[in-house]
Amino acid sequence: MDFGYPVLTSLIVFPLVAAAGLFLIKSPQVARAYTMGASILELILGLPLLFYQFNADFQFVEKAAWVPQWGLQYHLGVDGISYLMVLLTLAILPLCVMCSWTYISKRVKEFHFCLLFMTSACVGVFAALDLVLFYVFWEAMLIPMYLLIAVWGGDQRRYASLKFFLYTLAGSTLLLAAIVAFRITGGTFSIPELMQINFSFRFQYWAFLAMALAFAIKVPMFPFHTWLPAAHVQAPSAGSVILAAVLLKMGTYGFLRFCLPLTPDASVYFAPLMIAVSIASILYGGAIALGQEDIKKLVAYSSVGHMGFVTLGIFLFNLRGVEGALFQMLNHGIITGAMFMMIGCVYERSHSRAICDNMGLGKYLPAFMGFWGLYALASFGFPGTNGFVGEMLVFTGAFQKSPYIGALIVPGALLGAAYMFRVSLKMAWGRPSTAKAWRDLNTREWAYLLIPAVFVFYIGLAPKLIFNIIDPSVEKLVNDLKARTTIEQVVAAQPAPASVAAVAVAETPAEPVNN
Amino acid sequence: MEFNPILIVPELYQLLLIVALFCQSLGDGSETPPAERWLPYFAGFGIFVNIPAWGAQGLLFGGAYQVDALSQFFKLAIAAGFYVCVLNAARQPSLEERKRPDYFMFLAISAWGLMLLSSAVELITIYIALEISSYSLYAIIPLRNMNGKGHQGAAEAGIKYILFGAVATAIALYGFSYILASQHTSYIAQLAKANWTWAGQPMAVVGLSLFMGGMFFKLALFPFHFWCPDVYQGASNETAGFAATLPKLGAVVVLIRLATLLKPGLEITTLLAVLGALSMTFGNLCALAQKDIKRMLGFSSVAHAGYIMVGLVSGTAMGLAAAAFYAMAYVAMNLLCFWVISRVASDGRNLQLDDLNGLYKRAPGLAFALGVGAFALVGLPPTMGFMGKFFLITSAWDHGYNWLVITLVLNSAIAIFYYLSLVRHAYTHEEGENAPTPDNSAFSVCGAGILAAVVLLFGMVPSGLFDYAILAGKQLLP
Repeated sequence: MDFGYPVLTSLIVFPLVAAAGLFLIKSPQVARAYTMGASILELILGLPLLFYQFNADFQFVEKAAWVPQWGLQYHLGVDGISYLMVLLTLAILPLCVMCSWTYISKRVKEFHFCLLFMTSACVGVFAALDLVLFYVFWEAMLIPMYLLIAVWGGDQRRYASLKFFLYTLAGSTLLLAAIVAFRITGGTFSIPELMQINFSFRFQYWAFLAMALAFAIKVPMFPFHTWLPAAHVQAPSAGSVILAAVLLKMGTYGFLRFCLPLTPDASVYFAPLMIAVSIASILYGGAIALGQEDIKKLVAYSSVGHMGFVTLGIFLFNLRGVEGALFQMLNHGIITGAMFMMIGCVYERSHSRAICDNMGLGKYLPAFMGFWGLYALASFGFPGTNGFVGEMLVFTGAFQKSPYIGALIVPGALLGAAYMFRVSLKMAWGRPSTAKAWRDLNTREWAYLLIPAVFVFYIGLAPKLIFNIIDPSVEKLVNDLKARTTIEQVVAAQPAPASVAAVAVAETPAEPVNN
Repeated sequence: MEFNPILIVPELYQLLLIVALFCQSLGDGSETPPAERWLPYFAGFGIFVNIPAWGAQGLLFGGAYQVDALSQFFKLAIAAGFYVCVLNAARQPSLEERKRPDYFMFLAISAWGLMLLSSAVELITIYIALEISSYSLYAIIPLRNMNGKGHQGAAEAGIKYILFGAVATAIALYGFSYILASQHTSYIAQLAKANWTWAGQPMAVVGLSLFMGGMFFKLALFPFHFWCPDVYQGASNETAGFAATLPKLGAVVVLIRLATLLKPGLEITTLLAVLGALSMTFGNLCALAQKDIKRMLGFSSVAHAGYIMVGLVSGTAMGLAAAAFYAMAYVAMNLLCFWVISRVASDGRNLQLDDLNGLYKRAPGLAFALGVGAFALVGLPPTMGFMGKFFLITSAWDHGYNWLVITLVLNSAIAIFYYLSLVRHAYTHEEGENAPTPDNSAFSVCGAGILAAVVLLFGMVPSGLFDYAILAGKQLLP
């Protein structure tokens, strides 16, 4: 379809142009309004995305030579896996601007510059179909996020931001080596083309490990999660929202986009490990969240648990599991994003994130507590909310795979309910109440809390539309994976003449690149 | 072959500048316009002087002097770098007025030596060109005036530089004698056809390793790097800005020419790879502990010298092109960083990390440029540093040195800490006491902005520049 302009490119370029425009503005108030306008314009630019076709192909594809000497292409496109993430990124931006309206009072211009830069890089990550282009956006996004935490963060912002940067960069350096290895072995940087190539198991083994390390740190999965609570707690409200809603999804998106299609055999080989680590993340994240005295830290650890459900769903390799993973990615973005905005709200009133400083809100801030209750319920998957759909699908997938896996994650779901109830009860009815002099939500706060609430119910009650969007791509992903790994097994099982045909399919020799 | 002066126009022009500066340095300076007033215009014009010689081909002076794509590529870069260095040094606070013509003359001679070096294809010519560029540097390193008297560290740096330089060049000359004795020629073109295995020609391998030692000294590659942090720290900011950038171009161009002798798998290639790996690891680890910014950048150049080796050992045209491109990127990034350092330390002091505190408030433009420079040195996209590193590892993968590539990417992770501390101090710390007053004039901010734009631009669309690098690489290794 032609809309008269390259949709994805303009979604990437427009925030950058808008960010440059910020330098011409003097007053902080104007800068806020300007960024708000820009974010709405960005949403309008994204309207053509609604004409998405429900099939498994890459859509809105743009392709141009970038550095032809090295085979780099400027290649963008979205399919069912990335489409929702792009929409989520676009939708989060205006909410971030709104929730920082009074929260950020110093260096307002630079703050919004970082937000816009961030949006551009995030859209790029999800839309890139060239490995190097992906990597460029993936790394470029570190800089604004680092600055968001390091400049506008809490007391320990330097420590937290440095830890965030070191962890994610250290993980992704090996990703770069893997990308180069794909090019030399597979002959191209183009992701759709690489998906057609079968690599040797030995190659897949190392490539998978290099990629999985980068993605596991980003998700973050259990032993690599320590940067997340630090970063979340210290980041300003909007920074936490972007971190939770978009950045964490890049890790799981990486698993879906790269690990499963490019290294299917290694993915199957490592699946038990990944499942074990996912379960560990779910249980560990939940258990640690139960003991937190800091609301933000609690939600941060709950993210570790929720993202554990996503990685678990991915490595179950069945339709329900991967669907559940995608749902959970979207839901976690909406719910946890909203919860961080709420924490920002209450922080502006109490100037503390400790539970004991934010007790007894129910009587004085009914609207606030109403929203909080809704998101808390959604967070542990109460029926009727979007959290339920995602968790339900992952559970179905897990029990399909093995009852033991299913049984192991049940305590994880229970833990979710336990820590959410614990904090919510204290916040609503805890004594002594600290909220006597606080005012309830104002219109701006209503606005940015109502929008996610709509989606909580919409996806919770009528998930059909989302299924329509993701199903073709998920089916293709799962079927491709099954087909390619079984062919490998057939080849391994029956050598020599009988399987010549199978060999021809399995070993499409890639032209090695010499440079 | 008939001698065509058009081929060497850039060198002639540079010589003209030297002569003019020499004449000026003879007088007491009272009747001529100060050198820093007129020289920038002429140095800037020097970039355009490269145009007639661009794309020229030829072998001059008895086959010792090759004009080809590689040499013209580097000469242009040297002319541009010289222009930036002259601009940078024009406001040098730690240099007395009457010494300026001499200072600039030596600077120009050094750049001239590097131009000769980029065309030299015969070992003695290389050696002489190397000496021309080094000797003039020996003279200007100690020129640093603090509060009316000489700077102690600068004198120390000068002596260290001379001593190390003398030893390194002596080693190189000694190695040259071995090469000549075993391969009976000093022309690279003929040497390329010779046997360079340890089993066949052990003497030649030893000789070549020693000869390259001279280049390693210029490049500050481990284990010839000891001078580097001390000299950067001792010399004035502007002089260090020159010593850190352009001489590396000269060393790289010679190593690229010598790399045509190196096939992957040869002992000497492996030696180069091992030195590269050691250099990047050692440089990065040492830099972690530094508080003085110039010293930190000194160790960082040790690490970057190691990165360049990755392109050289691959033994392909693409590898050489990647090394050339990376050298350009390195020079651009460092010129940017040193520009900011020189402008921030407007009183000529040595900047400590703490002196950067609160820079975003005092000089937002310079702070932004420093951020670009730091992220480029880390190798983050969308900067030239990323593209350079990416080309290096793509060219080297699957040529027998995958472990070197892995070492490189892991080193980027180590390096992030100290480069990030530049940004951290500039952006997240509040201003302390006794902070230097940065130069916020249009001259200073525009210069930083243009350099930052170059670093970003070639990071996003590197293919134009890279075409020339490939052309140069293909001429050497078809």
